[in-house]
Amino acid sequence: MENAQAVSAKYSKLKGLKESFAKLKYYGILWVLLVIVLIASIIQPEFIKFSNIVNIIRQIAINGIIAVGMTFVLLTGGIDLSVGATVGVVAVSVAMMFQRGVNPVLAMIIGLLIGAVIGFINGLGITKGKIVPFIMTLGTLTAFRGLALYIANGSPQSWRNSGVNIKFLGQGDILAIPVPVYIFLGVLIMAHIILKFTTFGRSVYAIGDSREAARLSGINVIKTEWMVYTLSGFLAALSSLILISRLSVGEPTAGEGAELDAIAMSVIGGTSVSGGVGGVIGTLLGATLLSVIANLLNIIGISPFIQRIVKGAIIILAVLLDTKQKKSK
Amino acid sequence: MLKMNHISKEFPGVKALDDVSISVEKGEIHALIGENGAGKSTLIKILSGAYTADSGEVIIDGEIIKNPSPALMIEKGIAVIYQELMLLEHRTVAENIFIGRYPKTKFGFVDYKKMREDTLKITKELSLDLDPDAIVSDLSVAKRQMVEIAKAMSRNAKLIVLDEPTAVLGESELEGLFKIVRELSQKGITFIYISHRLKEIFELCTTLTILKDGKLVETGKVCDYSIDMLVTKMVGRDMSDIYPPKQRNIGEEILRVENLTRKGILHGISFSLRKGEILGISGLAGSGRTEILRAIMGVDPIDSGYIRINGKICEFKNPRDAINAKLGLVPEERKTQGLLLKQDVTYNTSIASLKKFVSKGFINTKKERKAAKDFVEKLRTKPGAINIITQNMSGGNQQKVVLSKCLSCECQILLVDEPTRGIDVGAKQEIYNILNELTKDGISIIMVSSELPELLGMCDRIMVMNEGHMTAIVDAKDADEELLMYYATCDVSASASA
Repeated sequence: MENAQAVSAKYSKLKGLKESFAKLKYYGILWVLLVIVLIASIIQPEFIKFSNIVNIIRQIAINGIIAVGMTFVLLTGGIDLSVGATVGVVAVSVAMMFQRGVNPVLAMIIGLLIGAVIGFINGLGITKGKIVPFIMTLGTLTAFRGLALYIANGSPQSWRNSGVNIKFLGQGDILAIPVPVYIFLGVLIMAHIILKFTTFGRSVYAIGDSREAARLSGINVIKTEWMVYTLSGFLAALSSLILISRLSVGEPTAGEGAELDAIAMSVIGGTSVSGGVGGVIGTLLGATLLSVIANLLNIIGISPFIQRIVKGAIIILAVLLDTKQKKSK
Repeated sequence: MLKMNHISKEFPGVKALDDVSISVEKGEIHALIGENGAGKSTLIKILSGAYTADSGEVIIDGEIIKNPSPALMIEKGIAVIYQELMLLEHRTVAENIFIGRYPKTKFGFVDYKKMREDTLKITKELSLDLDPDAIVSDLSVAKRQMVEIAKAMSRNAKLIVLDEPTAVLGESELEGLFKIVRELSQKGITFIYISHRLKEIFELCTTLTILKDGKLVETGKVCDYSIDMLVTKMVGRDMSDIYPPKQRNIGEEILRVENLTRKGILHGISFSLRKGEILGISGLAGSGRTEILRAIMGVDPIDSGYIRINGKICEFKNPRDAINAKLGLVPEERKTQGLLLKQDVTYNTSIASLKKFVSKGFINTKKERKAAKDFVEKLRTKPGAINIITQNMSGGNQQKVVLSKCLSCECQILLVDEPTRGIDVGAKQEIYNILNELTKDGISIIMVSSELPELLGMCDRIMVMNEGHMTAIVDAKDADEELLMYYATCDVSASASA
């Protein structure tokens, strides 16, 4: 009797979980992910090895942090193309500060600030200058990539002889799980809580839904958007720090194309590019899906060129399914 | 000319049309009336080829239409002019009229000269006052409708459906539209006319069809009906008790507006509002009605003048300031200005008053849902609505959500702009009752409306706007529609001294 109750309690808990997933609209992608993981582990048992899984989540972490910032931007109905260039600028500036003997902690804090300032500049142009986000961030993408190449004189910046060691950030493990994964999960959880349970998060959704309605409801649209772009720049810088720590070098070309990956992760995870719908849990699933597929294709030895084709197809397919699903409602 | 026989159409969960038949003769102006959700739009969409009926047939000039599609229906002479006009805003009148079939030169380029001449020919024939080279976004709504009519006529339309054309027009613009419709109908063009304003139907239409809950109620000659009869047949209610009795307990002055001015838009507007009072603002579209509300609410900056609340001068730089001063706005455009359409009722209810639900930096969602639930019950919104995405709600329920949002801010002065636009009669009555109940709670209301009976039925006093000037403030009990129309259209300079 007691047992039956426990079972039913467990069942109702499961049902609640099921409902909450359905409510979150991640149901479809979760199934796709499970099916792919299942297929992968059948055709290639290597896939579910612990070391491989660790490898996958490490991959997710670095780009995933950028994608979290991108999700915020997309939710307001904007776009941030400059995140990849931000990674580059931060990578070379921090690396060069290491070379010159700046206190590594201070250098990294400055690196984060540089990212935030780039985001702040985007926000300035978009809110005060009323420049369309696509154009504004296209401009900063181009300019800051140029800046990264200029200050690094076009070549990778190594700090091998400076005595600085920040390997722990990008290469270290805690309980056999890579440090970047903890950072990513921390960012993700905070982002989720901010989006769902703070006034700022609500404002982000409201602006993406209708700027006019948001303003008339007393939301400070300019301040919110500005903060969102600043956050996006900051997270790009954070991702950059992990990246240079992992590679032990700051490349001016670091993060090239990262903006597109971040957009892809968000969109596959159900965040609408027109704003107002989506969330970072979806982004996690989107990032996981992309990484799992990339990893699988790698293991079974598919050409990286073909991998790109597959990735492109997945992006289109994901959005297509999403639109279909919405229409059928 | 047109017969639609035994049309049925089912959507998942709803029977939108159930065995509806309608027959329209050539040259008729045929009114199609019914509450929202009665099936009017579905019927029109079947006629336009946008939807396919589950069963039944459409017969045009004796020919049964097989496999209807929008393109085929246009070819058969059916044109539908929707309330939200389908024009390219940044293109000229001529380009809009000939969109999709531009005349071409022998080299295959667009022949602008011919297009222009053809446009002039059409506008002359219909005696429409339209400049072929004007950009659509520069035109008034009334003019844009003319462009749509010209477009329909240039495609040799035989039957034109007008879907609530007057909801967006001021009273003076109505006459212009009616004149065009009458002239065309004399030339043998048939019209189906959809409107919530029943008075217009008596002015314009010859025959009518009433739908209710997807079923045909009856078809007849307009002269055999009265407004009250129509309302009874549409909703089964009596028109006389649509407005709640005014038993107001009007208190002290709460809001005073002095010399409110926005250059070129509002000219020295002064008035006051007392506790528990409903003050109406009447006037034609573009007369500055909406702008007064927006100026008070801090949406648009003012050039000079004062707003006093309880005697204290207030300067609102943005809507947030106004909300903090216990003002609330139910905006004109419910869908784009009032609601977050992709979000649910709870979210919409709390969005302007989140501060109330935040403790230690985080929103207490339990408290938030409870508040939303309370408002759903209080305003009798669709039961259990708190998780429904507002996009999927009817106009009446949506408006209740917007009201909930304002009330959740504990507003004392409520500014409502066209609160019942595009809402069916039953829901209108509920909105009236809610507003009336709010005045009993001591809330003061300023109500902008294009519908004169609504203002007369609801307000204690009515001020009239004309070209940015206030031309009168009258007691509602001393006013009638003629008087309000007089002040709305009278010479501004003359009345300013009166």
